[in-house]
Amino acid sequence: MFSGDMATADEILRRSLTDEVGVSKGSVSGSEEFHVLAVDDSFVDRKVIERLLKISSCKVTVVESGSRALQYLGLDGEKSSVGFNDLKINLIMTDYSMPGMTGYELLKKIKESSAFREIPVVIMSSENILTRIDRCLEEGAEEYIIKPVKLSDVKRIKDVIMGGDGK
Amino acid sequence: MDILNQLQRQYTDFTALLYREGFVDENFTQVQKLQDESSPDFVVEVVSLFFEDCEKLVNNMAEALEQQDVDFKQVDSHVHQLKGSSSSMGAARIKNVCIAFKTFCEAQNREGCLRCLQQVNHEHTQLKTNLQALFTLERQIVANGGSIPVMQ
Repeated sequence: MFSGDMATADEILRRSLTDEVGVSKGSVSGSEEFHVLAVDDSFVDRKVIERLLKISSCKVTVVESGSRALQYLGLDGEKSSVGFNDLKINLIMTDYSMPGMTGYELLKKIKESSAFREIPVVIMSSENILTRIDRCLEEGAEEYIIKPVKLSDVKRIKDVIMGGDGK
Repeated sequence: MDILNQLQRQYTDFTALLYREGFVDENFTQVQKLQDESSPDFVVEVVSLFFEDCEKLVNNMAEALEQQDVDFKQVDSHVHQLKGSSSSMGAARIKNVCIAFKTFCEAQNREGCLRCLQQVNHEHTQLKTNLQALFTLERQIVANGGSIPVMQ
């Protein structure tokens, strides 16, 4: 009976801790939405990723190239129309194979920037090439996911980023 | 009631056929799952985008293959794009043709490429016809007050 009580107390303690973590998990900072910047040169993929993210309760900005992404972030050297401090991006998801600037090159530029290097970057690619995956992860990519991207992928990534502290 | 049942059965049978014959695969199911009341035309929109994209890429490929000195890297990059979008949409047959197409590009085989291009056109037409029929069935079901059967 004594051990039974202990187990119950343990459970209660664990549950209340989870509740606390659960509350902070739910919000990014106060009532802000989880804002994702998606980069892909394919019309079809852009439409699908936008929908996947919206269904997952994310705020979405979709652009068609690495250079447009840099423009949006204000990293292209030009004066950006969006104030630095106003821009809150929680995650960047980029296609790997894009004309002009690849997802890898975009990843590098983001990690080189003091303003945005902390933002998790996920690479999406239809190709399962080990050397490519390694290179992206070494450069600081959060994950490398194989296309087509599924709803479960987006959910998992969002949970990881929102839930993990100091990952 | 009778008509509705018939339509729904037709829809189920037709959908099963499309999957069985490899016209579409589970990625198409994923796309369908993304449609709901807040985005009721999502599937039709994605499919339209895909066919537009497909036509554009096919034209680019045809042009590139007509050149005296074919730039196979160019052709390959168009095929790669088509492979990507057909995969995302679940257009399985088109995707499979693209896989073969890429091999011919790598081998710099113009004849092989042209054959694949023809096949892409063929599959494009077939898929368009099939999906239009599917969407028509959907509209008829809804018009008769029914709901579209959910697959799997």
